[in-house]
Amino acid sequence: MTILDFSRLSATALAAKISGGSVSPADAVDASIACAKQAGAGADSLNIYLWTDDNLARREAQSLAEGMKRAGKGGRLAGIPMAVKDNIATLGLPTTCASKLLAGYISPYEATAITRLRQEGAIVVAKTNMDEFAMGSSTENSAYGPARNPLDVRRVPGGSSGGSAAAVAAGIVPLALGSETGGSVRQPAAFCGVVGVKPTYGRVSRHGLVAFASSLDQIGPLARNVDDAALATEIISGVDPNDSTSSSRKVGSYRDQYLSLASSPRPLDGMTVGVPEEYFPEELDPGIRSLCERSIDTLKSLGAKVIDVQLPNTRLAIPVYYIVAPAEASSNLARFDGVRFGARAKSSSLREMYADTRSSGFGPEVTRRILLGTYVLSAGYYDAYYKKAQAVRGLITRDFRDVFGKGIDVLFTPTTPTTAFPVGAISDPYQMYLSDIFTATSNLAGVPAMSLPIGRVAGLPVGGQIIASHFCESTMFRVAYALEAALGGEAHQ
Amino acid sequence: MAVTQDDVRQVAELARLGVDPARLEPLVAELNGILQHMEVLSNVDTTAIEGATLINQPIESTPLRSDSDGPLKMMSPKESFAPSMKDGFFIVPRLATHEDATDSAP
Repeated sequence: MTILDFSRLSATALAAKISGGSVSPADAVDASIACAKQAGAGADSLNIYLWTDDNLARREAQSLAEGMKRAGKGGRLAGIPMAVKDNIATLGLPTTCASKLLAGYISPYEATAITRLRQEGAIVVAKTNMDEFAMGSSTENSAYGPARNPLDVRRVPGGSSGGSAAAVAAGIVPLALGSETGGSVRQPAAFCGVVGVKPTYGRVSRHGLVAFASSLDQIGPLARNVDDAALATEIISGVDPNDSTSSSRKVGSYRDQYLSLASSPRPLDGMTVGVPEEYFPEELDPGIRSLCERSIDTLKSLGAKVIDVQLPNTRLAIPVYYIVAPAEASSNLARFDGVRFGARAKSSSLREMYADTRSSGFGPEVTRRILLGTYVLSAGYYDAYYKKAQAVRGLITRDFRDVFGKGIDVLFTPTTPTTAFPVGAISDPYQMYLSDIFTATSNLAGVPAMSLPIGRVAGLPVGGQIIASHFCESTMFRVAYALEAALGGEAHQ
Repeated sequence: MAVTQDDVRQVAELARLGVDPARLEPLVAELNGILQHMEVLSNVDTTAIEGATLINQPIESTPLRSDSDGPLKMMSPKESFAPSMKDGFFIVPRLATHEDATDSAP
């Protein structure tokens, strides 16, 4: 067996080795299995895996190797071990959303994003821990216990895609899938020191993603570097007849633009980066502010023009998000009634069965959000809460259109207001919701955004966020790639 | 618009959730604690925003497609989705009288 060091090898580099024949898919899978054991991915340690089947992964690797031999070539992710958030349907494998309600549920179909990654040679080696039904910012709201940050096990990995971010950060897999509703890929990416992407709403099919808030949800990749994240985004993007909100816009090569500029000393010449003042409040952690300022200076040195901009309705994003998302969740989660999915309580009447199943199956945060969502949609409160929130959401969207309409190519902000906090440190629900304060705006407006490591404060990773206009992923990756290359090792110091 | 225990009971009924009586008062406090932060929205002037025109985010509208396509192709036969089938229908446990469930489902 070839010993592989996933903490150094990127997905693209590993896929090249596998396609070239110097490493086999089985080697890659075996290395991932060994890393998972060494890092403690299981419930008795980091608790970042909810499901794994080593033998199944090895059989898939063998089958892939035979297919590659017949075809004489491998896909762009040939033999890459991949971890998948447990709210993304994987054919024949469990999909529990980290909820007791879906314990034992085996998905009879597969998410389009998974199918596309598998077609390129990726191998699903694990389903990862998450906040139940993606409701949370710390992966503490899992029915299977909290996940831990591999960089400091006393701290959370962020959430809700905390298990996926931690699996990449721990070097177990070079690539993972998560999902976003209000920052659930970018925030854990920032907390774990990896790259996380939320594509434009409609860019990636939601088919097979268990619905939380359908007007906000998007699947996104987590990777160790920008190039891997761009490749994975490119592969999973594109129209899908199974998702009527997926866009038919052509997906170009996200990598071509930045790779063609890789040798340029000023790869961002001609670009304008906006820095919104609302994302740098007085109370922002000074260490995070300082690292953002260093990144802004770096962007200037790469040729970008940097100007201050305003997104005046940013402060309203959390109130809007925590009305819209629970409202949609209360509707989407109505399907979990004990009839069609997962567990069913034994009761004497149909109504009791519904209530008993849901009450025993959902955890406290999911229950709270369903109640909140039902309340803001109920007669007498709909106009004051839900309708008003949707109108303010329109103002937030207009803020983005205004700045991008004035020649701004991308925005640069911190991803999170703090670094990873200790497990159990935040008990007030609203304080936890504020973790999403810099990320939820992009979901509400539907624009693409990503987080990449820009340094560390007291040893903990800090994420810088790049936000682009609708369907301008290429521009976003161009800036991220240049910044990552310029920061080099400083991004992880 | 403070939430009361009666509101929580009513909303729980609408949401088909049973709420432990001991959780009622904490839930009232939690929901009020959250909703007080939402009050800021009532002071925002939204007259410039017309209905839902800006809500669905992508620049393009949701595409309309022909109704002519047939049912989507399934990845595996529908028989694989349920414990058993009879005359083309899924056989599932009876809902209201679970004691009889074993009579009708495996």
